[in-house]
Amino acid sequence: MTYRWLLPEYCEDILPDDAWALENARRKLLDLFKDRGFSLVIPPLIEYVESLLTGTGHDMDLQTFKLVDQLSGRLIGVRPDITPQVARIDAHSMNRVDINRLCYAGPVLHTKPDVLSQSREPYQVGAEIFGLSEVAGDIEIQSLMLDALSELDFNDVILDVGHVGIFRGLMEALEIDSKTENEWFKLLQHKDIPSLQSVTQGITTEFRQALLSLPKLNGGGEILDLAREVLPSTPKIKAALDQLIAVRERFTTRVKLSFDLGELRGYHYHNGLVFQVYSADYKGALARGGRYDEVGSAFGRSRPATGFSLDLRQLITFKR
Amino acid sequence: MSVFDGITIALSKGRIFEDTKPLLKAAGIIPLVDPESSRELILPTNNPRVRLVIVRASDVPTYVQHGAADMGIAGKDVLIEHGGDGLYQPLDLNIARCRLMVAVPKGFDYQGTIKRGARLKVATKYMLSAQQHFANKGVHVDLIKLYGSMELAPLTGLADAIVDLVSSGNTLKANNLEAVEEIIPISARLVINVASWKLKRDSIEPIMNNFAGSLS
Repeated sequence: MTYRWLLPEYCEDILPDDAWALENARRKLLDLFKDRGFSLVIPPLIEYVESLLTGTGHDMDLQTFKLVDQLSGRLIGVRPDITPQVARIDAHSMNRVDINRLCYAGPVLHTKPDVLSQSREPYQVGAEIFGLSEVAGDIEIQSLMLDALSELDFNDVILDVGHVGIFRGLMEALEIDSKTENEWFKLLQHKDIPSLQSVTQGITTEFRQALLSLPKLNGGGEILDLAREVLPSTPKIKAALDQLIAVRERFTTRVKLSFDLGELRGYHYHNGLVFQVYSADYKGALARGGRYDEVGSAFGRSRPATGFSLDLRQLITFKR
Repeated sequence: MSVFDGITIALSKGRIFEDTKPLLKAAGIIPLVDPESSRELILPTNNPRVRLVIVRASDVPTYVQHGAADMGIAGKDVLIEHGGDGLYQPLDLNIARCRLMVAVPKGFDYQGTIKRGARLKVATKYMLSAQQHFANKGVHVDLIKLYGSMELAPLTGLADAIVDLVSSGNTLKANNLEAVEEIIPISARLVINVASWKLKRDSIEPIMNNFAGSLS
């Protein structure tokens, strides 16, 4: 017996109450982005997988539904993330040399459900700034992210900030090969200190101490001062800490801050500050973002880039 | 949705619970109910801000990943199978120690069979660990998922070998099996939900530090 009413697993209709809530929220966010000088773009649902998965790493590859294009015989993917599409638009289609602010809103599709929302069809809304390499760009995005959440009535939040450059800086200084780097990255992401201790036994003491201190360097703003003392001051690490301190200066009176130097989400394409927002009662991040300066190079030119996005479906369901 | 806004710790009954009691005590947490004699699944403690939930060992990472518990204690074996996404695992508690091993019937020429390039039938509860282990060795295997009494599989012709946890080795011996290869040493880890760590660090960190202090 076939149940014709049955939807595929982890897919759902959005019924009137939630649908209006989502649409109203979408309008509020796009209005906010427009006020701040962001232009709206609407990329296609499908693209050739080579462009869709540029620089995003293995995780996104597994998350992508793929089909063969009957017109070209090439492999097409349903977008799992709009950000690389917007990076492509900035790098290739618009081809501007000055600062470019873009925003977007639309559904994406994942092969596996998100743990918390139990959905395979997030509704992604986000904003990106291209062409601004200074920390001012990251701060503008973080500020916009907090305002966007405030529009959706998330006011009592924590801004959690990390920086991919610190771990990268350590790996460069140690001349670690990329396979080992990937393994260590995973251990660090899980704050798996016992395993990190055992795999790093052969390395120079100063750098080993620094690496092992990363999972512990998390807490309020004061940990940045501690980090200055315990981390080696290579140019890359120093620059990363300067950026983190700039974020601390800017937001310390506005929002509760948490810094986590072992937080490397999106490590494969991020190259600078990474950030996410948490709120009491919610078991995951409300919104996430970070800097990804290299992604544009696959589309012809490398451009400084930073942005954030959130899943409106998830947030609406939580507010219900 | 519960209104409890303190710290929820997920534990499994039996060995992990017994071995964890001294650690909890070091953190000033004393369960008010013994899970062995009670059927309650949510156990209050002497600290009204801390409660324990009793779940199956293999469910601990799921409860913590979803935030149904803020922290938990789970064997490394269970964590490898789960994948560990959404979890921090900062502390090896050095309890419930054992080894994940390959075992075969006594007299079975394991090394020779592998050398010949034969395809092995392996029964296990630990699909991911077994798959990775044999893939790293370059050995083809057909995995058969079982939920218990792995030792029976080679004896009844269901499989050539098993991958299972071995602590004393007595169960293997009693069933005329022998361990031929160690995959990984196992002990229990403290696991913490990522969001809980960010939001309730002030409550979680002292518990973790007390656990760590009582280990050394």
